[in-house]
Amino acid sequence: MTIIQKCLQKDDPERIAKLSQIASEIRVDIVNTIAAAKMGHIGGDFSVTDILVSLFFGVMNYKSQDPQWADRDRFILSKGHCAAALYSVMAKAGYFKHEQLNEFMKPLSFLGGHPNRRKLAGIEANTGPLGHGLPIGVGCAVGASLAKKTYRTFVVLGDGELQEGSNWEAAMYGGHRKLGNLMAIIDRNRLQQGASTEETNSLDPLADKWRAFGWDTYELDGHNFAELLNVMEAPDTGKPKAIIANTIKGKGVSFIENRVEWHHKVPSAEQNIQAIKELTHS
Amino acid sequence: MTSLSQPETFDCRQIFAQTLIELARQDERIVIVCNDSVGSSNLNEFKKEFPDRLVNVGIAEQNMIGVAAGLANSGFIPFVSCAGPFLSGRALEQVKADVAYNMYPIILCAQSPGISYGELGPTHHSIEDFSWIRALTDITLLNPADPKQTKDAIHWAVQANKPVYMRINRFKIPKTTPETASFEVGKALLLKEGNDVTLMTTGILVPRALEAAVILEQEGISARVLNIHTINPIDKEAIIAAALETRGIITMEEAMTTGGLGAAVSEVVVENHPTKMRILGVSHFAPTGSASFLLDYFGLSVENIVKSASELAG
Ligand SMILES: Cc1ncc(C[n+]2csc(CCOP(=O)(O)OP(=O)(O)O)c2C)c(N)n1
Repeated sequence: MTIIQKCLQKDDPERIAKLSQIASEIRVDIVNTIAAAKMGHIGGDFSVTDILVSLFFGVMNYKSQDPQWADRDRFILSKGHCAAALYSVMAKAGYFKHEQLNEFMKPLSFLGGHPNRRKLAGIEANTGPLGHGLPIGVGCAVGASLAKKTYRTFVVLGDGELQEGSNWEAAMYGGHRKLGNLMAIIDRNRLQQGASTEETNSLDPLADKWRAFGWDTYELDGHNFAELLNVMEAPDTGKPKAIIANTIKGKGVSFIENRVEWHHKVPSAEQNIQAIKELTHS
Repeated sequence: MTSLSQPETFDCRQIFAQTLIELARQDERIVIVCNDSVGSSNLNEFKKEFPDRLVNVGIAEQNMIGVAAGLANSGFIPFVSCAGPFLSGRALEQVKADVAYNMYPIILCAQSPGISYGELGPTHHSIEDFSWIRALTDITLLNPADPKQTKDAIHWAVQANKPVYMRINRFKIPKTTPETASFEVGKALLLKEGNDVTLMTTGILVPRALEAAVILEQEGISARVLNIHTINPIDKEAIIAAALETRGIITMEEAMTTGGLGAAVSEVVVENHPTKMRILGVSHFAPTGSASFLLDYFGLSVENIVKSASELAG
């Protein structure tokens, strides 16, 4: 039998309230960003928002005004199609001006449809083709130990993305190297592009898979900040950590939640108004 | 309503999906293998009619090619349908070892190739496929220009009994292939006679080459236009004739110029009859922008084709 560590909620309510407030502002920014571009991946943006907010406004060490600071924690959004969520978070964190979100996918913009480290300092890896983030993250984590640095590496992955074999090559090596400074966070929204993950190419029992590769594995509610922070801030156990964050694709907007067609559908003008209403009144 | 200046345009993915259904009804060996791309490849109808014959392996392109090879081994004719960059690049070694070297009758269909994913950026642009696939031996490399050629190419591939890679273009284009034209693999399609310069192009750029030829004609330059729908094997005869009979050759491709159509043509030119050439195409990772913005950005606008041709003819 496998034992999955369940985490306890014991965090400061004020801190949690602040993160929830930021998350709803980020979701509004995502709606507006996608509306301006008339393109984007809204479903996966919303499922990963609370994870990104926990990392950027709760857990990670970085200096947005000095994005190349050598001791920064490394963050890689492996599910790069959700760039709109990452850009919205980075704008709020001070990497660039909030109004520049309007440039998302416009000609010659620095905010392309996928994160681009040549154009935006603070992006660690060009992602978009699925299955690249974790191997790079393993390299960052090995690099930290070689350089005797204490920074940590966080990689956010889609669950459908885990069907790529490259992830399991990285998982195997990360477990082998006992990379306690590495964390993989899986946005387990159970949907991919065309259908559910379990219908397409099933991943369950997912926690067991990570455990078998030598990772400390946690399963939690990916929209619960207390649970997220507890694991993200847990001490180094001498093993890499995998968080299976159970999420809802499209979280926060009723007509988008859990609907596979919203993987990259663009809301109409009326739907945008409705979405913002729901995001700001809850 | 369509007017003369704005001809009706087509997305070749439609004819791809329709043709596969028609073929699958007649031939039980036809199966499709894909990577969570049922919607983007327009395969929902196929799935409805032949649920067992659509193998969706999920987001796993290397596995996808291996599975196709196994199906071919079992007597099937697999069509692999996948976004261009992940089919040619992601699984390139599988394409080499599992498809080409095994000589399996697998038809690799690169959906939305070239820079048609515009804003999604260089990771999603399939601009290296001409060079990469051309470097592999034993794979026929096709780039149909319109719905008729796409359909003809698929029909040819099914009976070819060997590895084929073809682009299924998404960028909307008008029809340019005469209804009566036959599809001869390895043979360029002559679309316009001319004896000053030769415009050699392929896929979605064919309409632009034809437009450029009309403008050149008005400027007193007679341009020959060839649709090179087969990049490998390339039509040496047509290239040598162009080198002998016109004063220069312009190649245009929605692909990297290193190793692509221009390179294939110039190899034939230098070995047979050195002639001035201009090679137009993608030269570096694209900036952010839509597909049509990027075509112009890379010098593939009608104006720039005209300018390059005038320089060569002059
Ligand atoms: C290698 C590769 N194959 C296919 C795609 C096309 N694609 C983009 S997003 C996506 C689905 C991703 O599903 P998941 O990882 O679960 O992300 P989420 O549902 O959180 O958006 C696919 C198939 C891709 N980007 N990369």
